[in-house]
Amino acid sequence: MSAVRLENITKTYNKGTVSAVSDVSFEVAQGELFGLIGPDGAGKTSIFRMLTTLLLPDGGKASVDGYDVVKDYKTIRSRVGYMPGRFSLYQDLTVEENLAFFATVFGTTIEANYELVKDIYRQIEPFKTRRAGKLSGGMKQKLALCCALIHKPGVLFLDEPTTGVDSVSRKEFWEMLRRLKEQNITILVSTPYMDEATLCDRIALIQSGKILSIDTPAGTVKSFRGNLFTVRSAEIYRLLNDLRDYENTGTCFAFGEHLHLTFAEERAGQEEDLQQYLRQKNHTDIELGRVEPGIEDCFIQFMKQ
Amino acid sequence: MKQLLSFVRKEFHHVFRDRKTLLMLFGLPIVQIILFGFALTNEIKNAKIVVADYSKDFSSRRITDKIEASRYFDVEKNLLSHEEIELAFKEGKIKMAVVFPENFGNDLLHLNKAQIQVIADASDINTATTLTNYVSSIVADYQAQLLVNNSVPYRIMPEVRMLYNPQLKGEHTFIPGMMAMIMMLVCVMMTAISIVREKELGTMEILLVSPFKPMMVIASKLVPYLLISLINITSILLLSYFFLHLPVKGSILLLYAEGLLFILCSLSLGLLISTVSQSQQTAMFGSLMATMLPTLLLSGFMFPIENMPLPLQVISNVVPSKWFNIIVKSIMIKGLGFSAIWKETLIIGGMTVFLLALSYRKFKIRLA
Amino acid sequence: MSEPVIKTEKLTKRFGDFIAADALSFDVMPGEIFGFLGANGAGKTTAMRMLCGLSKPTSGEATVAGYDVYRETDLIKKNIGYMSQKFSLYEDLTVVENIRFYAGIYGLTDKAIREKSEALLDQLGMTHEAKKLVSELPLGWKQKLSFSVAVIHQPKVVFLDEPTGGVDPVTRRQFWDLIYDASDKGMTVFVTTHYMDEAEYCNRVSIMVDGRIDALDSPQNLKKQFSVHSMDEVFYQLARGAKRTAD
Repeated sequence: MSAVRLENITKTYNKGTVSAVSDVSFEVAQGELFGLIGPDGAGKTSIFRMLTTLLLPDGGKASVDGYDVVKDYKTIRSRVGYMPGRFSLYQDLTVEENLAFFATVFGTTIEANYELVKDIYRQIEPFKTRRAGKLSGGMKQKLALCCALIHKPGVLFLDEPTTGVDSVSRKEFWEMLRRLKEQNITILVSTPYMDEATLCDRIALIQSGKILSIDTPAGTVKSFRGNLFTVRSAEIYRLLNDLRDYENTGTCFAFGEHLHLTFAEERAGQEEDLQQYLRQKNHTDIELGRVEPGIEDCFIQFMKQ
Repeated sequence: MKQLLSFVRKEFHHVFRDRKTLLMLFGLPIVQIILFGFALTNEIKNAKIVVADYSKDFSSRRITDKIEASRYFDVEKNLLSHEEIELAFKEGKIKMAVVFPENFGNDLLHLNKAQIQVIADASDINTATTLTNYVSSIVADYQAQLLVNNSVPYRIMPEVRMLYNPQLKGEHTFIPGMMAMIMMLVCVMMTAISIVREKELGTMEILLVSPFKPMMVIASKLVPYLLISLINITSILLLSYFFLHLPVKGSILLLYAEGLLFILCSLSLGLLISTVSQSQQTAMFGSLMATMLPTLLLSGFMFPIENMPLPLQVISNVVPSKWFNIIVKSIMIKGLGFSAIWKETLIIGGMTVFLLALSYRKFKIRLA
Repeated sequence: MSEPVIKTEKLTKRFGDFIAADALSFDVMPGEIFGFLGANGAGKTTAMRMLCGLSKPTSGEATVAGYDVYRETDLIKKNIGYMSQKFSLYEDLTVVENIRFYAGIYGLTDKAIREKSEALLDQLGMTHEAKKLVSELPLGWKQKLSFSVAVIHQPKVVFLDEPTGGVDPVTRRQFWDLIYDASDKGMTVFVTTHYMDEAEYCNRVSIMVDGRIDALDSPQNLKKQFSVHSMDEVFYQLARGAKRTAD
């Protein structure tokens, strides 16, 4: 049985005028770490809220742990852990008070499930008498995760847990999720950061309420059509403009300090032709080579379709 | 049950850790009463009173001396006739007149009881009440003195007459109105804000996605504000007794019971506002609109309801503070019992039930 | 070689015992895209506030657009632009009202404002949306508008505070097109961020750890120096040792 299942889920706001989620279907297996990846406004939060029974879908069916999100909402509420995107704990309660409070709300105690949160809680335990408002972003996030885990949920929903957190804390956070997965907790996580996709078992790319693709990170990358090239020269902005004017350019985008390019039509000698063209345009220090596409490249390609 | 307790404890943490708000909650009634007290004292200090002593015996002189000795009064001794006194009132020259009738001394000596006439300009009700209260207490003081020196109990009865407003109609003494206003402010606004704050923080989402009953979330939120309001009632009553010399004439227990009912009513109004607002600003604005304005304008606190245009009089009936105002006045000032205020009590009770039922219906177990 | 647009020499800011920015020394050249990186609490905001003339340094020296950060803060404010992801535009005003408002702030004449607005709308391809409320625009457009408004007075330097968080990859690239274009025209772009993918677009980046600048070079050189493949790893190696955790 899948831990989470969505069938043709649709959600609109403002009396149907604004479509937030349209016809989304996917399944998450027991114990899977599943990522919902897309920019702000893609519909990630709406999907999470429907699955945690906070919103009613306008159409379609969804279940969590086999329970229907509409009919069995009470059962689901006692079984899932949820960390909303704007969740920021009670700023005026201490770390310990926050955790104890959420434990009681879910009818349990810190001691009963300490084993599960131990690894994470140990990192913030030195500050347990500090008020949550005085913690750094990374620590708040760890505390929030502890609070969402304290009742040993079967499915954990994390809505943009790493937004606004620095890169070191983000790494630590994903490390924690990996360890949780080993405890056979199903985790659904959403993020706008493409570079976090590779840390999931499977990912759904989502844009404007529609699923672009669902696959493993490797599978997603494999589905990239055509070859991807990386180009650079001494003057990157002029290079970008010149490449966009080139007759055989499919797409060309800035990608870090390089440009990523696909050809409109794959043909023999295409690379030499391009080098030739760039030399004509007086570019110096030209570098051109094949590169493995990343999730972000795939996302761009899906969006262009 | 344990869940509820832990919830209530958390609410107390919120309240007591926010020092500034806490100070405001407790400080507001104190500051208000003190400010009002000073304003009143000033008015009384400048109030001219006339003592007309037709008896001119030992007791009347002693009482007059006592009145003169008080730093409050600007006393003029003048044997004015009743017509002249009335004229002085009309021209606004005096605020109060104390008249010792010709037979005052005789009556006191031979009948052991005598009357003093205390006439006040009741168009300014606050000053009039305070002035007459003051004179009454001076007289009572003297009476007690007599009792110590003589074993015979003498009784001096001040006969108070309120000119221009004999039934104290449209009486708008300060204390009841302020009690209503402060309780409305604390209960409605603070409850609404504290619930909406959870929505803003995102913690409401978590609480909804938990087995905890949503109505329990609400119930536990009300406890601290109920307690704070009870403390506020106490501090208002203490201050009005010691600072404004305004004792509670009726049953204090009854006053607290009615206060509790009014608090519950205000809390349910706060609850209702919280269920329909999404941001703390909306909640605050909504509370102000629903509490401050009606309480100030339509409860009879500042303007007598009788003098309002009919439509406003009709509207004033849905303002809980109006009824509470009547209740407090009846108990505190007139010293009446429950039989006199059961109707008002029933109305507030009904409003509370209605508001609670409505917020229960409006309370969402989901986000939208 | 022209004069640096931003020049700091041992720029320091203390709050009591706490050294928020510790002896920062760096130069930023005209037209450069300069990334200013650091974890939460590393001191980025403090440093940027000093450069924008919003906060007086405790010691050290700095000039921005040729003006002194101690004495000439008013002149600095006239010569810089500022954009943060969240607060730049008024959602309840229309596109053209926003443009006019910002142009008005910088004291452009009525005629200049009208011309500017039209030119800007044309350049952004938003002529048809001129009378729309900003809240109705897609995120990507808002961002472009936000940037254009920040540079409406053609400042020498524009400060961008985490400009592209949460935006889809295509919109983000369109946004960087605008930045490249501005830099191509000689404007200096100063970007603060704690997201490393943004860092890779910069000509040079500095990385702040605990109030100090621990690294400053082009992304390529930094990656070579730390023998890693991404800026993320460079940052991780540096920031892991950080002692501060405050936001």
